[in-house]
Amino acid sequence: MNRGTIRPRLPATSIDPKAAVALTVNGEKVSAEVSVRMLLSDFLRHELGLTGTHVGCEHGVCGACTVMIDGVSARSCLTFAVQASGAEVRTIESVAAEDGGLHPLQEAFRDCHALQCGYCTPGMIMNILSNLESDRPMDLSEEGIRDMLSGNLCRCTGYQNIVAAVRQAADAMAAR
Amino acid sequence: MKPPLFEYCAPRTLKDAVAMLAGDPGAMVLAGGQSLIPAMNMRLASPARLVDIQHVDGLKGISIENGRIVVRAMTRHRELELDEAVFRANPLIREAMAHVAHVPIRNRGTVVGSICHADAAAEMPMVLLATGGSVVPEGPRGRREVAAQEFFQFHMTTTREPDEIVVEAHFPVLPEGAGWAFEEFTRRHGDYAIAAVAAIVEPSAGRVSLAACGVASRPVRLEASEQILAGAELTPERIKAAAEAATDAVSAPDDMHATNAYRRHLLSALVRRAVVKAASRAK
Ligand SMILES: Cc1cc2nc3c(=O)[nH]c(=O)nc-3n(C[C@H](O)[C@H](O)[C@H](O)COP(=O)(O)OP(=O)(O)OC[C@H]3O[C@@H](n4cnc5c(N)ncnc54)[C@H](O)[C@@H]3O)c2cc1C
Ligand code: FES
Ligand code: FES
Repeated sequence: MNRGTIRPRLPATSIDPKAAVALTVNGEKVSAEVSVRMLLSDFLRHELGLTGTHVGCEHGVCGACTVMIDGVSARSCLTFAVQASGAEVRTIESVAAEDGGLHPLQEAFRDCHALQCGYCTPGMIMNILSNLESDRPMDLSEEGIRDMLSGNLCRCTGYQNIVAAVRQAADAMAAR
Repeated sequence: MKPPLFEYCAPRTLKDAVAMLAGDPGAMVLAGGQSLIPAMNMRLASPARLVDIQHVDGLKGISIENGRIVVRAMTRHRELELDEAVFRANPLIREAMAHVAHVPIRNRGTVVGSICHADAAAEMPMVLLATGGSVVPEGPRGRREVAAQEFFQFHMTTTREPDEIVVEAHFPVLPEGAGWAFEEFTRRHGDYAIAAVAAIVEPSAGRVSLAACGVASRPVRLEASEQILAGAELTPERIKAAAEAATDAVSAPDDMHATNAYRRHLLSALVRRAVVKAASRAK
């Protein structure tokens, strides 16, 4: 039954200011016209369909949205897409090989049962990967690994197995 | 949540940036965004205009000149933390920075942004105060230099005018032979300090500089403790007296993190630890 009482109240033209962005995402050049208030996390998920980047808190605390911007880990929920214009962004979708072969870090997560629901996993992987790939030596002591993971919250695993996975991945990558 | 509407500007020159900031009373500077964007996402801040300074010429990098470390506005936390020349010139900086949030946030957030944000529990404003540093705001009326002591007024309030951009922060180089220490207490690693203390011990000058954050409405110098330690041998009794004197600097009321009484206890313990460690590193 249509009583005609529900009517859209949207203005005829949007007052949401827009800007052109052009960036590289996982090696591919993308450009779009987006609202300047669009967060990079929403740009990746809603505009590009890269839903592997998760969103938990949208204020920088949980780490689920962690991606790499210009080679270093960053919160995509604390970056406007316009700020990332010109940058090189990497997301979880770039980590496995094109044929689906897992990265040693992903293998380590599987082997060590370092995930349960998996919500935190993409952010964990991007944070750890930026450390594995940096030329600075990693501190692989229990404390060093926990320090590295301290900006990523996991509600399921209790972290024990994630710490083990970091060690396995670091060993595997050192052996390569 | 999602941030409210705003107008976005990305100037290339400082002159344009200052004009854009001055041109709208609701305008704010956007640096690393690690404090401003969460506030906007939670709708605690709704600036009419954001002036993104990341592309402004001349605002990048660090240099060490005339006995001070000049940190330009777009220097990210992580850049300053990892800089070897900065570590040699003032190792207190690296020791404190390990306590600022987490690496992914330090990769984006800027040191000057943290100083302008001026959270009463933030580490870098306190380090600027402990070292006797200053900031350089530039606005339509020109450039001026403001000592840390005058800059920090209240939680998230400084003497920066709304139309000024802070272009540099100056951290003095530690004097030859000085010892340093940074001690902090938080519930979780990477949180803002429930209480933190920085100490610089200069045996040749007979001077001990002490500052704290998390205990008052702004970072504070622990002057009463400094006076007890000045020109004297740092015996355990004297350090204990200085630690006890520090508790009067605690003005923070009971909050969900700690009671006032607990903070007093904490501050005196941290002062003692920091002075002992700094003295052991002094030559
Ligand atoms: C989860 C989380 C945990 C954190 N933990 C800590 C912590 O433990 N300790 C800590 O100190 N900080 C912490 N922070 C904050 C972090 O240090 C920020 O990076 C910093 O406070 C702000 O720097 P920014 O460059 O990101 O500034 P922005 O967010 O871009 O700006 C912050 C404010 O300063 C103003 N501003 C910035 N630059 C200038 C300038 N050059 N001139 C004039 N005004 C300017 C802006 O207008 C805004 O009001 C945390 C942040 C998050 C998200
Ligand atoms: S969604 Fe970005 S840190 Fe939680
Ligand atoms: S696996 Fe569920 S949150 Fe980490």
